[in-house]
Amino acid sequence: MATAREIKRRIRAIKNIAQVTRALQLVASSKMRRSQDRVLAARPYADELLRVLSRLVRASADEDEGNVFRGEEHDDADLSLLQEREVRTLGILLVTPDRGLAGALPGNLNRRALQFVQEQRAELGNPNLPVQFVAVGRRGRDFVTRNRLPLLAEFTNLGDIPRMSDVRAIARVISDAYLSGQVDRWYLVYPKFISSLVQTATPVQLLPVQPPTDVAEDDAQANLDYIFEPDAGSIYAALLPRYLETMIYQPMLESVASFYAAQFVAMKNATDNATDLADDLNLSYNKARQAAITNQILEVVAGANALS
Amino acid sequence: MAQRLTLQVEVVTTTGLVFEGPADEVIAPGGEGQLGILPRHAPLMTTLTIGALHIKHAGSEETLFIGGGFMEVSDNRVIVLADDAERASDIDEARAEEARRRAQQQLDQAAGDIDRAALEGEIERAIGRIHVAEIQRRRRPRRELPTQG
Repeated sequence: MATAREIKRRIRAIKNIAQVTRALQLVASSKMRRSQDRVLAARPYADELLRVLSRLVRASADEDEGNVFRGEEHDDADLSLLQEREVRTLGILLVTPDRGLAGALPGNLNRRALQFVQEQRAELGNPNLPVQFVAVGRRGRDFVTRNRLPLLAEFTNLGDIPRMSDVRAIARVISDAYLSGQVDRWYLVYPKFISSLVQTATPVQLLPVQPPTDVAEDDAQANLDYIFEPDAGSIYAALLPRYLETMIYQPMLESVASFYAAQFVAMKNATDNATDLADDLNLSYNKARQAAITNQILEVVAGANALS
Repeated sequence: MAQRLTLQVEVVTTTGLVFEGPADEVIAPGGEGQLGILPRHAPLMTTLTIGALHIKHAGSEETLFIGGGFMEVSDNRVIVLADDAERASDIDEARAEEARRRAQQQLDQAAGDIDRAALEGEIERAIGRIHVAEIQRRRRPRRELPTQG
């Protein structure tokens, strides 16, 4: 049995750890709340953008088929973001946290990303389909390089509030790789924030753009005879990059919220465990101390007996 | 009496809802020139450029700075998807001026095309902001002028 002093030392060490994890837990809980607010604040823009895009798609489908694609002034490049083509290379934009101490979250994300690649390969009937990764966040970057997977670009240390200029840079890498034919289909894998207890690694298709098709009842009957200014093609050309940015921005915000939520839970568990362990050790310490005292008394008594 | 028709206006940016409310008339900085929107306007989708968005309702007027974006009008609903937006009363003119000066300075020293375009955009937005703030400032004293006679 360990001596009382050894146990005492362990108790002190564990209490120190508990103090650190409790501090991290409190920080994570307040940051989680703030990052959740940011997710909610960004939602109206994303919702409206999707609604406008879906109406634009339906409105232009109502007109002469392909009419939209025949405008003169705009770049054809942006419109090809809509067109499906044969998938020869898959692209995964992996959105992960930069830091650890968040329980199983980063591991789950990375595992889900690989699993998703396998699913896609099976679905497309090509078990050797090449994959390109773009990593946002250190955890994903480390995972990709550790497994010697092809990494197209990495964006790390973007902070808790991703800046629009960073998002734009990521969107440019994604769309450039798509337009140059380097990648034929892009997916994004990110930790979807479902609640402070549940975050799920979720894949979403980025490119080609999948216009939202689910529309509300009243919306389906809306008058779609739009006037376009300057023309539908130009609006597409301006709207699609915004769409891509939003599709990346929103998951990045959610990833931050998910990270803090996961960290909060992980740190809370760590604190609870440390407290339990300290309690158990305290009991052992008391026993050890009592045993030592009993021993000493026995020795004294035995010594006295020997003298008499 | 039939209810007076109004527009329902919503201005959103990636960082949140900037304005939500009813309006009798909206004047927007359309990509092809200024656009006036009244109730019962035909469905419209347009790009917006940097400029001032005026929202008039019941005799009062709210002015917002818009840093480009889109506007959709349908069914008396006006949705402005702005890349950047700020109420005129919230604009910090000194900060906008500072941002303009800084961007101009960087532009003078900068090399490379991408940098250049971004900085020029920044300057344009700062100028737009200052301009909107000036409109707001000029409007206020006028109301306080005593009537002649």
